[in-house]
Amino acid sequence: MSMRGPIATHRSATGIPTGRLGTWWLLASEIFIFGGLIACFILFKLNGTPGFEDASLTSVTAGAINTFVLLTSSLSVVLAHAAIEKGDREKSFKYIWYTIGFGLVFLIIKTYEYTGKIIHGHTITDNLFWSFYYTMTGLHALHVIGGMVIMALISFDIRKGYNFQRVELIGIYWHFVDLVWIFLFPLFYIANF
Amino acid sequence: MSQEAATVQTDIHEEHHEELNFLHKYILPTDHKIIAMQYIFTGMIMAIIGGYFAYAFRMQLAFPGELVPFYGLVGPGEYNMLVTNHGTIMIFWVAMPVLIAGFGNYIIPLMIGCDDMVFPRLNRLSYQIFLVSALVLILSFFVKGGGFGGAWTSYPPLSSAAEYSLTDWGSSLWVLAVALEFVSFLLGGINFITTTMNARAPGMKMMDIPIAVWFIVLAVILFMASVGPLIAGAVMLFMDQRIGTTFFLPSGGGDPLLWQHLFWFFGHPEVYVVLLPTLGIVADIITVFARKKLFGYRTVLYTAFATGGLSFVVWAHHQFIAGIDPRMANVFVVTTVLISIPLAEMMFSYIATLYGGSIEFKTPMLWALSFLAAFLIGGVTGIYLGASALDVYFHDSYFVLAHFHYTFFPITIIGMFAAITYWFPKMFGRMMNETLGKIHFWGTFIPFNCIFLPLFFLGLAGQHRRIYNYNHFPDLATQELQDIRVFATASLVVMLFFQLIFIYNFFVSMFKGEKAPNNPWKANSLEWSIPSPPPHGNFKTLPTVYRGPYEYSAPGRDLDYWPQNEPPEKS
Amino acid sequence: MSETHEHPNYVKIWYWLLVLLAISVAGPMLEVPALTLITAFGIAIIKSFLVAANYMHLKFEKKIIWLLLILALCLLGVFFFGTAPDIMMTEGDQWIDCIADKSCIEQRL
Repeated sequence: MSMRGPIATHRSATGIPTGRLGTWWLLASEIFIFGGLIACFILFKLNGTPGFEDASLTSVTAGAINTFVLLTSSLSVVLAHAAIEKGDREKSFKYIWYTIGFGLVFLIIKTYEYTGKIIHGHTITDNLFWSFYYTMTGLHALHVIGGMVIMALISFDIRKGYNFQRVELIGIYWHFVDLVWIFLFPLFYIANF
Repeated sequence: MSQEAATVQTDIHEEHHEELNFLHKYILPTDHKIIAMQYIFTGMIMAIIGGYFAYAFRMQLAFPGELVPFYGLVGPGEYNMLVTNHGTIMIFWVAMPVLIAGFGNYIIPLMIGCDDMVFPRLNRLSYQIFLVSALVLILSFFVKGGGFGGAWTSYPPLSSAAEYSLTDWGSSLWVLAVALEFVSFLLGGINFITTTMNARAPGMKMMDIPIAVWFIVLAVILFMASVGPLIAGAVMLFMDQRIGTTFFLPSGGGDPLLWQHLFWFFGHPEVYVVLLPTLGIVADIITVFARKKLFGYRTVLYTAFATGGLSFVVWAHHQFIAGIDPRMANVFVVTTVLISIPLAEMMFSYIATLYGGSIEFKTPMLWALSFLAAFLIGGVTGIYLGASALDVYFHDSYFVLAHFHYTFFPITIIGMFAAITYWFPKMFGRMMNETLGKIHFWGTFIPFNCIFLPLFFLGLAGQHRRIYNYNHFPDLATQELQDIRVFATASLVVMLFFQLIFIYNFFVSMFKGEKAPNNPWKANSLEWSIPSPPPHGNFKTLPTVYRGPYEYSAPGRDLDYWPQNEPPEKS
Repeated sequence: MSETHEHPNYVKIWYWLLVLLAISVAGPMLEVPALTLITAFGIAIIKSFLVAANYMHLKFEKKIIWLLLILALCLLGVFFFGTAPDIMMTEGDQWIDCIADKSCIEQRL
């Protein structure tokens, strides 16, 4: 593993590698962004704001399939990390691309869902529920796309043989995106009372 | 493992010193020192814009409806735009970039003894996003309809639809600029925290970190923890403006109060985000110029933790008259008044540091002391505003305005000057002119008090903020009150005039000043152990730390200072 | 760079996650709102805990990361409960039920 950059990057007074520590801080700030939106959503929902009964219109099947896809992608990215720890670059490369593929499936299902809703007139301005639905799932989808792009970049790096630690870092990020979906799924699809 | 790592480290160090061309050194730098300069200079340019806005609207208040020299006629909408963007610029594009991003970038790697930030390219990216955000904000002044005029708090419904704000794209670009700025500081903040946590010099324990570094990092943590909900809120507000959702519009089931909560949940910690770096810088300066150990290092640190923690549970004191639940108001009064305890304790620690010291009144020390004095007034007047009953009268009056200018002016402007005059020799390798520095100090500090002390009395007389022309209010249009307004404006003009001396001193000293030695102030922290200005890579051999940063006048030592990296004598 | 530790059995965790997913989908079919609440959000919490502990290696991570994440969640709680009384108390919004009738609003103002 080649080491580049300033010495500072390779120090570790806490015992946690710098990249991982930085990733955790990034995720901490993401918790507040998604958490803030979720908190607002819950406030309006508990308040009985008109329109929130539309939660029954979202497709539980599509949501469940998407949850399944993301959970599986989490598995494949963690297997990519396990492979690179053993030094198996080709296997890790393969698993990363499986993960990107699952991300793509997720986005396709999401697009299909969006299209269906918009055809039925449930656009973002329909009512507050749909505003939240599109804002939050949209922001989440942006995170998925961002993760896929970064993963693609990393995959070629590791095949060339450097920056192995980044597989773990993108993995942690990807799991976080998965975690957010784990909470969005019951909020938008299941809890319609 | 450690020995192996050490050999690898020296290898990297060798290759790290290659000569860089102009483009990579100054336009796309990864060196933390150059990025710091970029932040500081951008912040100073924005400060000039913010000051110019203040000049324009103060002139309008003093001489309503007359042509303002160097500006022109200030219309009502324009007045709102000037006030709004003065506040936004001064907080988000001056205080934060100069104090946190600028000096944070400059001093953190130097003070903790490493060669750069841990993520140099992330650092560069965060400056670039910041620059874009500044450009977007400036662009927003020139779009059709003019810049946003809904106050820096940007309350909906006023801010959420063009039909109310009358600035269709102005308000959207404003939200966009603020959101970009937040993203930039989030990325920068991750870098600061990780650097301080991981890249400290060997031997530097938690309690050996200079207070300035501690406080900048604490400030960044507060920022990270508070800004998330507001980024979410900014997205929602932007969608309200552009797509037509109704997150904050009651007509569609939304709630304008929600924005206020999202905003102030960030907005109040934000006060401490900009306050803490200045407090830290001041702590370092007063110990150096009083030649004394900081009184109660741990106390100062723990009070900062307490302040930071409490700052998350006081936000609703900005909303006492917004129709919030009165029971919650009770809670927030208690927490608001509580927060003055740790801050007062910190203030006492600083004063106790000065007690019995051999104080040298160099320019940085004057700025540091004036910060303590001015901030004290700001803090004490805040206690009145924290009580909800009094706040009903004072809210949105000039009393509030004077109060927060007595906190923000010392924090931003005085703190900035203290830091610049203190680290100037290190940054540019030359000393600033002391005489000019002192003239500039008195020429800023006295007019500053002349501007804002009278405003307390205007506020007590019932003068409301954000009003374009008081002639429409018979009670407020009296000659006496108008005289006070003219006096405040005249003081502002005097103060702005004295800034020219600073600019002159700054640039002349940068090129023609007396050459600075490595350690002109005889200070302990690590940045003074290397040449001024520090070379690329900072330290020739990375230092090891043996003691805390405040060992001044240690008994039994000939020198009255004791650098952190000086090995203890073997006995 | 990364330290060596026993890996959890990733595939086994995945099986557990799928079982939990099935339960959370099946939950609402019983049509007991209180139970749905548990199967929806209780299981979401368990699932996220499983992912965080095993896939994100929080099990092996230093305490400070735990502290960081717990603090983040606590602060979100502070935000939620500080804001909730205002957003969720509708008695004060007296014009909600007479939004169409202008004279009604004026009378209540």
